[in-house]
Amino acid sequence: MHPVIATVLQRLALGILTLFVVSLIIFSSIEFLPGDFGEAILGQAALPETVAAFRKELGLDLPMYQRYLDWVGNVMTGDLGNSFSGRGSSGGADRSRPVIDLIAPRLANTLFLASMAAIISVPLALFLGITAALYRGSIYDRLVNALTLTTISFPEFFVAYILILIFSSFLKFFPSLANIDPTTDFWVRVHLTALPAITLMLVIIAHMMRMTRAAIINLMASPYIEMADLKGVSKSQIIIHHALPNAWAPIVNVIAFNLAYLVVGVVVVEVVFVYPGVGQLMVDAVTTRDVPVVQACAMIFALTYILLNLFADIISIITNPRLLHPR
Amino acid sequence: MVDIKDLEKAAIDGKLDRREFMKRATALGLAAPFATSLLTQAVHAATPKKGGRFVQGTGHGSTTDTLDPGTHENGFSQNVVYTYANHLTEVDNTGQLVPELAESYEASADAKTWTFKLRQGVEFHNGKTMTADDVIGSINHHRGEDSKSAGKSLLSAVESITKKGKYEVEFKLSAGNADFPFVMSDYHFAILPEFEGNMDWQAGFGTGGYVIDRYEPGVRATFKRNPNYFKSGRAHFDEVETIALLDTTARQNAMMNDEVHAINRVDPKTVHLLSRVGSLKILETTGTLHYTFPMRVDQKPFDNYDLRMAVKYSVDREQLVQKILLGHGAIGNDHPISTANPYHNGEMAQRSYDPDKARHHLKKAGMEGVTLDLGTSDAAFSGAVDAALLIKDSAAKAGLDINVVREPKDGYWSNVWNKKAWCACYWGGRPTEDWMFTAAYVADSKWNDTAWTSGPKADKFNKLVVDARSELDTNKRRQMYYECQEIVNDDGGALIPMFANYIHAVSKKIGHDEKVAANWEFDGNKNAERWWFA
Amino acid sequence: MSAGEESYSAAGEVSLIKARRTFAENLWRGLKSAPPTALFGMAVISTYMLFAIFAPLLAPYGEAEIFPMSYAPWSDEFMFGTDQLGRDVLSRLIYGARNTIGIAVATTFLAFLIGGCLGIAAAISQNWLDHLLSRSVDVLMAIPSLIFALMLLSMFGSSATNLIIIIAILDSTRVFRITRAVSLNVVVMDYVEAAKLRGEGLGWIMRKEILPNIMPPLVAEFGLRFCFVFLTIAALSFLGVGIQPPTADWGSMVRETAGLIQFAEYDITAALTPMLPAAAIALLTVAVNFVVDWFLHKTSGLKD
Repeated sequence: MHPVIATVLQRLALGILTLFVVSLIIFSSIEFLPGDFGEAILGQAALPETVAAFRKELGLDLPMYQRYLDWVGNVMTGDLGNSFSGRGSSGGADRSRPVIDLIAPRLANTLFLASMAAIISVPLALFLGITAALYRGSIYDRLVNALTLTTISFPEFFVAYILILIFSSFLKFFPSLANIDPTTDFWVRVHLTALPAITLMLVIIAHMMRMTRAAIINLMASPYIEMADLKGVSKSQIIIHHALPNAWAPIVNVIAFNLAYLVVGVVVVEVVFVYPGVGQLMVDAVTTRDVPVVQACAMIFALTYILLNLFADIISIITNPRLLHPR
Repeated sequence: MVDIKDLEKAAIDGKLDRREFMKRATALGLAAPFATSLLTQAVHAATPKKGGRFVQGTGHGSTTDTLDPGTHENGFSQNVVYTYANHLTEVDNTGQLVPELAESYEASADAKTWTFKLRQGVEFHNGKTMTADDVIGSINHHRGEDSKSAGKSLLSAVESITKKGKYEVEFKLSAGNADFPFVMSDYHFAILPEFEGNMDWQAGFGTGGYVIDRYEPGVRATFKRNPNYFKSGRAHFDEVETIALLDTTARQNAMMNDEVHAINRVDPKTVHLLSRVGSLKILETTGTLHYTFPMRVDQKPFDNYDLRMAVKYSVDREQLVQKILLGHGAIGNDHPISTANPYHNGEMAQRSYDPDKARHHLKKAGMEGVTLDLGTSDAAFSGAVDAALLIKDSAAKAGLDINVVREPKDGYWSNVWNKKAWCACYWGGRPTEDWMFTAAYVADSKWNDTAWTSGPKADKFNKLVVDARSELDTNKRRQMYYECQEIVNDDGGALIPMFANYIHAVSKKIGHDEKVAANWEFDGNKNAERWWFA
Repeated sequence: MSAGEESYSAAGEVSLIKARRTFAENLWRGLKSAPPTALFGMAVISTYMLFAIFAPLLAPYGEAEIFPMSYAPWSDEFMFGTDQLGRDVLSRLIYGARNTIGIAVATTFLAFLIGGCLGIAAAISQNWLDHLLSRSVDVLMAIPSLIFALMLLSMFGSSATNLIIIIAILDSTRVFRITRAVSLNVVVMDYVEAAKLRGEGLGWIMRKEILPNIMPPLVAEFGLRFCFVFLTIAALSFLGVGIQPPTADWGSMVRETAGLIQFAEYDITAALTPMLPAAAIALLTVAVNFVVDWFLHKTSGLKD
């Protein structure tokens, strides 16, 4: 079998196993968290009888393994279930709130923001990394290094507040609220999400840029590079034609990691810019112990991570002839 | 010093006539034409005008919110329900109870039977006419055996609800309650269309001044004006949008950058800075919201009266109001009745920080050298952790050692509050004395977070509350409530150091009545129908 | 004179060369050749260390000492003013150095201890142990770490110890991955094979044969991980869990005062308050990474 296809199949099988274990961990974590949906929703106003009524209706009085197996069974048939929050106080009307309806629009928002940030930051980080390696030790290299290090050493919300101060309060270029809804026009959407996207870019560029630079510099000591150097090939030619092709594996890995972060780890940015994404949804669902929603979010996040890593592995294999054509 | 704002206010209130206004304004150094335009603006702002899209940011909201009034818990849901729906009664902007969907109501002599006559010709947003059936269905939603409503306990005294006619409903209570109409104004008891003996909340049809356009839990709700609203002179905006802005900084930024017209929960830390922004004004109301540190008298060592007194004397209330609320609030006197309630006991001596008295009581209790755990979290109220640290500091000077334990925000209400011997808590407060005491201080309340249920003083308190409930003579009632407050202050387990103001920032483009309601944030959460664009 | 003294010993010769320069001499030679950025980094780190160690002596007031005046302006008495409760900001910054660096160092070392050991062990064994560890790490990494940390802290309580352990375990997954990846290149080397054949124990091989050869990428990772601990604590405190009060830490201090930035137009000193802890973190991050960069450069074998 072709090595790429073999890897893909193997990784997908492992991915399903990973998803399964993740769901088990998340499920039991919520079990161990104090309180349940009824107590969380009613807060200070909870009465033992109202909490018990919630438990009964939601089936929380069933044993844990049974609830988990039910959930797995439903997911197998493609049904993510209903959010606990759709249940009313009393009465019999159909009031289910399918998890998929809750997540779909938010997932679209999250992916939109992630792509905005990725489209600009990935090429920019590569460019900065390659040029910094090219002019290693120069003022340019030191400046790029110091600047990117500074941007990652501030907490995200802090970077966000500063951007808001400059671009919303003083310059009035962008609004401080990324207040979008499904009907928002594409270009308006781009304008509204500009500040959160820039915040995320500042956070991830440093990591990718440093890895690109390090990976290239790491190869510069290899005999074949020295050979090329002795032949009189120009430095930029060496980096682009000789070093870069061999450096793709670590670079793509770190890019995959950061892209996953853009989807998974942006809850703080969502809160600051009031951007309706999946991160905020998951935190809310954890707080209220809305198990089906938490599970669905966790599955989406895990899947993102698995697919991006798979993608990184494929790139690593394709760019490495030794792996592509094994003996 | 008089400034131009005071003058404007006086002009609106009619305390200043035009000539006087001009005289004083020019004395302040304003050019005459400018002063004239100011006067027109000021008076103009007081007359409601129709139109515009009002956008407000609120510091509440969760993706698990629903339109079911039984699960309404946070300020976002409360604002939404008061915007699209109505109740039998309403607390108006001056704090008076007035009929809303009811036309009138009356009680039997023992205050056990209440009859509500309904307004006729009121339509829900789907065109259905509101009748007694809808009222009964809506209230029964919170009463059933399997009801999970947070408002259930408020209706525990209701024995039966009877339809007396198409527009008349009778409530029979198990014990007299002079304040029952007040209860009917609570946000849980919105009147929505009847469905199979219950209410239909999913559709989102109310009778209110605005029709729900889009409802995204935890994100936003948008509304359009209801052209058939039964109230006249209300609901002036064409459209209303309420956005959940949970992060304080995000909320204040949106306000400063003119992206919203009003926000609530302004950080007391930055009010003075925010007030310098030219496009907005700060709107503060002192309501019934209070921050408490309940000591459970059924747990050691808080079962000891002298220890409780030692704790009460070792808290520097002035410092708490100054540093936690930064002056935006009032000092509490260890009872939950605020100056906004009808029968606040202002004659009682204010308890103040007194390390010597604290030492004396500590010695009397024989507990010198005791270490007390104080559970706290910013889930209780914003600044609760800091408040606990201040209490630790002032108590240390009185020889009392306090160990501040920061509890997780998540699950605070189910694991810490009402369980640990001493912790931080808040109460939104209630419009009437009876309601407040019944919620958290009477012996059979499930939310009695001080577990103060027995003993001669507690017994006397419980009897007084029951007697006062059906007492229709206001003077006698006042006497009874004064005594209740004294007993709670002395023997109760509640440490109530402060009442917090609701602080809002409102755009200067917005007009509203001089007096805004203090029972909830945002003009009693009825700002959508009460405010307008000036 | 015995025969033993004349006989040749390789170990003897190596130790002879080693002893030619003392440690101090080596250090001095290293420092002289260091670029200005590295020197700057080392100076900053040593200053921070001094502040962290001698905090009680250097701070003008106690960490939790409360004065009557809240938000006192910058003055001779309170150099950077006081905070909301009336605590001296400068003193809290200095104590913050101790707490924050202490927690960051403990967390990062723990993360490297767990991740590093397991990573090397997995690379050497390449059997079921490797599979088990790699799959477990995959699972942990597939869970959003910030939200997972939030759940774990809610479960176990947010004490400093729990904070350190939880962040260290979640961080160790990345350390594991990188250690395993670089170790795989080393374990196939002949000298490792030789050591195995000699019958050396697993611990010995890990310590003596593999670790020295995989140091550079690990050190680079250390620099970044170290800084991410501050950021994680700040982010957690943004989401409502953090260090037990009244302990001062920079991450929470930034969080508490960050809202003041928006008022730069109206009160510039207020807006600068959150900058102090944030700048303290940023400066340390940059300094640590400058030193790391120099180390990488020295070990890369590249000539300028």
